Amino acid sequence: METLVVAVLLTFLVIIAIGIIVLRDLLGAVILLGVYSLVAAGAFVVMDAVDVAFTEAAVGAGISTILFLGALSFTSHKQKPRGHDSVFALVFVVITGSVLIYGTLDMPHYGNAESAAQTHPDLAVRFIEQSGSEVGPPNIVTSVLGSYRGYDTLGETLVVFAAGIAVLSILGLKRRRPEDDVLEDAPGDTAAGASDDAKDHN
Amino acid sequence: MNQLIGLYSYWVVIVLMMAGLYIMIARYNLVKKIIGLGLFQTSIFYLYITMGKVKGGTAPILAEGQDYIYSNPLPHVLILTAIVVGVATSAVALALIVRIHETYDTIEEDEIREIEEMEPEA
Repeated sequence: METLVVAVLLTFLVIIAIGIIVLRDLLGAVILLGVYSLVAAGAFVVMDAVDVAFTEAAVGAGISTILFLGALSFTSHKQKPRGHDSVFALVFVVITGSVLIYGTLDMPHYGNAESAAQTHPDLAVRFIEQSGSEVGPPNIVTSVLGSYRGYDTLGETLVVFAAGIAVLSILGLKRRRPEDDVLEDAPGDTAAGASDDAKDHN
Repeated sequence: MNQLIGLYSYWVVIVLMMAGLYIMIARYNLVKKIIGLGLFQTSIFYLYITMGKVKGGTAPILAEGQDYIYSNPLPHVLILTAIVVGVATSAVALALIVRIHETYDTIEEDEIREIEEMEPEA
């Protein structure tokens, strides 16, 4: 039954992915990406990853959709229609996919409790058996995140901090040079003209 | 048949991954490329969570009383980190796209290349 639910959700994901490829409207594609994250979150719950599911639902389906919508509000909603369904890209993708599928043939099957990932004595086994007494919280994911792999979490915070600084410095550059605004908001500003402005500042 | 059921989730993950990769290669629109990147990322999350699942297991939260089988918590932790880092990546990418749109007035890769070629060497 559980496997059936997972299979159905996976099939939904494929349908949504095809929708994203085909859709020319960027707004629609962004919303479909949010739906995709939400369906993936549902599948994560079925696969016992509750922490991942609510992070994916909040961050993947929520914040990331808002970021995309914000970016779209500054740019344009339409992807230009053109006959650019490159045969090269299709062939490349099919070949890569086939090689990857060949690689899965000797992987442990879904739900296998005997695979190396499940039985390594220093990883999953130790976390499940010892984390209650060694760290404390009943949620093993919390224990691993905060204690056993604490440096990972510190690194993650650093990455988010760096990304925040990067976004601020990319988007905030304009505000520190007021003369840019005058040039870019000038009437009759064509695409070529705008890029000339950019050259001047370099 | 056994093989098909056991490996089905990996194969779907690969199909999703390739869908994202195809969007990134074949679409000129920059926002669409980042959407493809998001698709690719989420399929990787799925791959990890699939590998952590143990049949008959439950969420890795310790419960008193009887002995439960727990799914592997390690992939969950790795993916929690990856989700947040992934959003940070797309935030930076989208900020760059907004700047590109301000400068070139388009977010189509080929149009940007044309504008670049039209310009005299600086």
